Amino acid sequence: MLRLPEFEYHRPETVDEAVGLLAGQGLGAAMAVAGGTDVYPKMKRKQFRPQAVVSLAGIDGMDEIRDEGADGLVVGAGTTLDTIANDATVAERYPAIAEAVGSVATPAIRRMGTIAGNLCQDPRCDKYDQPLEWRESEDWCWKAPSREGFPPEDVTEADLPCRVAPGAGRCWANFSSDGAPAFIAHDAEVTLVGGDGERTIPLEDLYVDDGINPLDKAPEELITQLRLPAADGTRSTYRKLRPRAAFDFPEMGVAVAVRQADDGTVEHARIVYTGVGSCPKVADEAVEGLVGEVPTADLVEEVAAVASRGTRPMDNTAYHPTYRKQMAGVYAKRALTDLLELA
Amino acid sequence: MSESVQRAEPEAAEAFDVVGKSLTRVDAWDKVSGRVEYADDVDLARMAYGKLKRATRAHARITKLDVSAAVAMDGVYEVITGEDVPVVFGIMPAAEDETALAQEKVRYVGEPVAAVAAVDETTAEAACEAIVVEYEDLEPVTTIEQGLADPVDEAIHPDHGQGEGNVDRLGSLEFGDVDGAMATAAHVREDVYFYEGNTHLPLEQHSAVASWDPGLEKLTLWASTQVPHYVHRQLAKALELPPRRVRVHANSVGGGFGGKTDPFPHQICAGKLSMLTGRPVKITLNRDEVFYAHRGRHPVLMWVKTGVDEDGRILALDWKSFLDGGAYGSYGPATTYYTGALQTVTYRIPNYRFRGTRVNTNKPPCGPKRGHGTPQPRYALELHLTRVAEELGMDPIELRRKNFTGSHELTANWLEVTTNGVAECTDRVLEASDWYEKRGKLPEGKGVGFAVGSYITGAGLPIYWNNMPHSEVQIKVDRSGGVTAFCGEAEIGQGSDMMLATLVAEVFGLAPEDVALETADTDTTPVDLGSYSSRVTLMMGNAAVEAAQKAVQPVLEAVAAERDIPMERVVARNNRVYDRQDPDNGVEFAEAVKIAEAEYGMIGAVGSYTPPDHKGHYKGAGVGPTPAYSYSACVAQVDVDPETGHVDVEKVWMAHDVGRAINPGLVEGQVEGSVYMGLGEVLMEAWEFSKTGQHYGPSMLDYKSPTVGEMPEVESIVVETVDDRGPFGAKEAGQGPLLPVPPAVTDAVWDAVGAELYETPITPRKVLAALAGRHVGPTEVPDYAFPEPDHVDVPENVEGW
Amino acid sequence: MGHSVTTVNFSVNGEERHVTVPLNKTLLEVLREDLDLTGTTHGCEVGECSACTVIVDGRPELSCLKLGVEAEGCEVETVEGLAEPGDLHPLQRAFAEHGAAQCGYCTPGMLMEAKHLLDTNPYPAPDEIEDAIVGNICRCTGYTRILSAIDDAAGRVSP
Repeated sequence: MLRLPEFEYHRPETVDEAVGLLAGQGLGAAMAVAGGTDVYPKMKRKQFRPQAVVSLAGIDGMDEIRDEGADGLVVGAGTTLDTIANDATVAERYPAIAEAVGSVATPAIRRMGTIAGNLCQDPRCDKYDQPLEWRESEDWCWKAPSREGFPPEDVTEADLPCRVAPGAGRCWANFSSDGAPAFIAHDAEVTLVGGDGERTIPLEDLYVDDGINPLDKAPEELITQLRLPAADGTRSTYRKLRPRAAFDFPEMGVAVAVRQADDGTVEHARIVYTGVGSCPKVADEAVEGLVGEVPTADLVEEVAAVASRGTRPMDNTAYHPTYRKQMAGVYAKRALTDLLELA
Repeated sequence: MSESVQRAEPEAAEAFDVVGKSLTRVDAWDKVSGRVEYADDVDLARMAYGKLKRATRAHARITKLDVSAAVAMDGVYEVITGEDVPVVFGIMPAAEDETALAQEKVRYVGEPVAAVAAVDETTAEAACEAIVVEYEDLEPVTTIEQGLADPVDEAIHPDHGQGEGNVDRLGSLEFGDVDGAMATAAHVREDVYFYEGNTHLPLEQHSAVASWDPGLEKLTLWASTQVPHYVHRQLAKALELPPRRVRVHANSVGGGFGGKTDPFPHQICAGKLSMLTGRPVKITLNRDEVFYAHRGRHPVLMWVKTGVDEDGRILALDWKSFLDGGAYGSYGPATTYYTGALQTVTYRIPNYRFRGTRVNTNKPPCGPKRGHGTPQPRYALELHLTRVAEELGMDPIELRRKNFTGSHELTANWLEVTTNGVAECTDRVLEASDWYEKRGKLPEGKGVGFAVGSYITGAGLPIYWNNMPHSEVQIKVDRSGGVTAFCGEAEIGQGSDMMLATLVAEVFGLAPEDVALETADTDTTPVDLGSYSSRVTLMMGNAAVEAAQKAVQPVLEAVAAERDIPMERVVARNNRVYDRQDPDNGVEFAEAVKIAEAEYGMIGAVGSYTPPDHKGHYKGAGVGPTPAYSYSACVAQVDVDPETGHVDVEKVWMAHDVGRAINPGLVEGQVEGSVYMGLGEVLMEAWEFSKTGQHYGPSMLDYKSPTVGEMPEVESIVVETVDDRGPFGAKEAGQGPLLPVPPAVTDAVWDAVGAELYETPITPRKVLAALAGRHVGPTEVPDYAFPEPDHVDVPENVEGW
Repeated sequence: MGHSVTTVNFSVNGEERHVTVPLNKTLLEVLREDLDLTGTTHGCEVGECSACTVIVDGRPELSCLKLGVEAEGCEVETVEGLAEPGDLHPLQRAFAEHGAAQCGYCTPGMLMEAKHLLDTNPYPAPDEIEDAIVGNICRCTGYTRILSAIDDAAGRVSP
């Protein structure tokens, strides 16, 4: 039986208490856990070795979905993926989110995992998400340089190269959240609470292109909620490339949102990828060619091709990166075709 | 008894009471209630937990092994290394090349080098981490080509192997005159295929609990194993104990598929640690360790050349197999020959040459997985023959029909075919699937593919040479009206417990629930060689029927005497013993037993089964023979997305000649499970390694096995050819239906979108590559100098084909 | 060894239990090792097979990814608690009769997920049954009879 290492366990009752417990610790020294579906497997494999686990499950009020009318829909950070996937309002107004969140892992994991956990999940790599002895036999890598977890500050990538594409001075672990592209495609805002108070930013601004820490936030900052804009006729879908119907993370996932006027003109469009780089890839340049146009099949194909060019899959998942990049174009094209009335 | 038992039962299935019915398995109730005791459920007082420290290098000399920090740790009871378990063992006498812990070098990443027993698993794990091992790397070998080449530093087994360097096994046989026949052929074609390795992935991780009794000087082992008898022998050997002071109990196994048919280091180490600590010791492998235990399907590179006449009749087949065997022998000698044995059992091949080699590589050892060395050549042969047919402008089905073997004939390699349902299975499956409405006629993206297969119903030879029966059953008849059957057979999910209960029940006229079972315990049950090669229903079944018939005889006689019934009319059916012509004249079974027991004393009997002698007498002739072959024919229908390459298998039809379905529901269950496993192999399972011998991803996430979402509808057609060699005519069902699935699906992809593939698994990327005109798969085999083939004359009936 | 321990008070199959266990034990380990409820099986311990599924407060969850302490105050149901007093649950009967259990190792997890399905959706369509067990790996049956057993039991579980 693969077992957890020892740790201190805290179960704060408020966000401020949780933030206080996390503050001042280095990356990975104290970790927040909600559903445990990302953190516990990695602790069992000694990828994370936090001294303290700060459970967020004891904080009340984090798991509500609130319709605030013109101010949009608020989704609490602790809402389970299962709840979001089955929520009628989400399915009706933000279908990409229902589809994306409903595609995560397995039914049981969706009942345990939370949306904040999904958005903040540790980027994945097939040289890193492996048992301890496997990583030892491969002489470690910069993201997990020893038995101790995250690299200490004095270890650089030059010392312990990335096993996927060494020499770039960075980690190439793959961003694997299904929820993120769908929420971003719907222009979600995320609220974080930390030692310095509260801030609300567009969700896409939470992410940076780094496989070790893709989140632009202080370690003790916690997501408290997401806000989606009120329904405005935007239609959306999420398409996921993976070998099987369950378990598998996105080899490539794309969320597409569009709004079309009655005369067929595209008023608004977003294409957002996951699984093809260390953070979500927002293809805003590609959609510039779509907005203001009445789309044709040819235009859609071209837009999708441009969008896929912005993806950066690396050789650290099951499918070959060339194939994933190719599918990034095909899946975006198909999604756009399904959503749009074409001329 | 050396031949199968002759039964005096009527022919019509309606005349049986429990045979032929889809009754509920007797072990189902425990399984749906959580009562089954798997090996990891065993919990003994003072039990310690063991862990293995494993090699992190693929090929290396051990230059330092320091266990002192582990020994000194609080809560650690004992630490052992190779010095403590130096005895060489292995499942096959011809390939004993393993030790429980590495001796001076390690040969694969994950090979055990030390073992710890401690108060709990976490402590054992910490102790393993504290063990210091240093290695001096040797050049690792990870491909077949490297295995055939001269070793750079040293061979993986410098003292073993039939060939030079890392060549572990060689087989070179010729039946008839291949070159002569090939020269007369109207058409010749050659192809190269690669069948990727894969693993069993049983849901239950391997587990064993050992308990040493210092007073009796006896070791007991509870284990998740398919072969308690073989483990018994190897455990006694490795621990240098007299076999009669070793007891092995196989718990109900949570999936085996051939992965639990070797004696394993964790079993031997648990035993040794228990002997040293005086405590029971449990070792349960983590999922990554199950990948290192492996013993899975050999990757095989194959070259196939066929010569046919202008009517499509096969004149000659020339075959080369190159197997990647991993680091140790396991069942390798048998596997090597299996890749060349059964081609002739479905098609009449009058001249046949087989050359095979198995090389060692620095990867976990390969062994037997469902089909054991025959799915790979079956895949190649079926795809190859369809190509041959197309080149001749012939229907691939018609080409096959022209060449199908018949019943009761010898093959060129001296295999004895008895009943043979290949033609009937073909007819039935083509009809059920509307084959001729679909092949070449479905809309773009949809297609159907066809393949046949055949498998043995138990290997004709035991794993270690001996003249004793392969299966033995003891029966006790109880005055309460119940019967107990004792047999060493191991229930691994395939339904062997239900087979034993059903066959005994049929003879006694009872319900299977009335047959108590004592199984899989080397102290209390007679030997059954184990659950492998699909042997149990036939071999155990014949022994069980023999024992039951002998045991019921005094009961019949006692009632006949008591009730004045002529012996030829007294029967035991429906829980009574009575006059067949005057059913009211009889007694309940329990009463019958009392009458008999009062007359004769204890009522009981034994039965045994030994397969018939094989007909061939040449090196390697022991691999391939069996009492009877099963036959399968399969149609697979797929939907291929030509833009993404994704293959969706929509439906599979399988006609399977099982001889007689003792329990049709269980037969269908084996068909469905075989289809599932074949689909996994052809669509997603791959045993992949880095150049440095590291497994790509030893987890259930990285190693993909299908969910219900990938599983198609399966239509099973049970064909019964009623074979004299099997109990009530039964042949096997647990492995044969897997064989035609990979080629049928691959052929269907060709029909759907014109993408040809010459290797497994089919991935979406490969489909796109094939559509773009690239050759997907190998195009050549190594230019290896096989030894000159042993020449063998073919049987007379071959001349007449 | 100085493990930090914690006491977990919860209900298991309708009975109040109080166990003192190391803090880092998962619910899976607590059930199997401290409560001797070995019916819940384990194939990977990291969420990649769902063999260890149990029901927590009415929802099937992976016991391998839940701490024992996280079950404090919860109602946990395992396969051992499925049967009615003196009789089997209709799902258990259906699984047995349909041959949905071969080696039986995935069966407890399948049963708990199926129980939840029928408790919340008494007459599920075939694709809903598939969706319910898509996260449970079986290596023996090919799922065919598991689906038919659940479908059959649907008519026998009181809505």
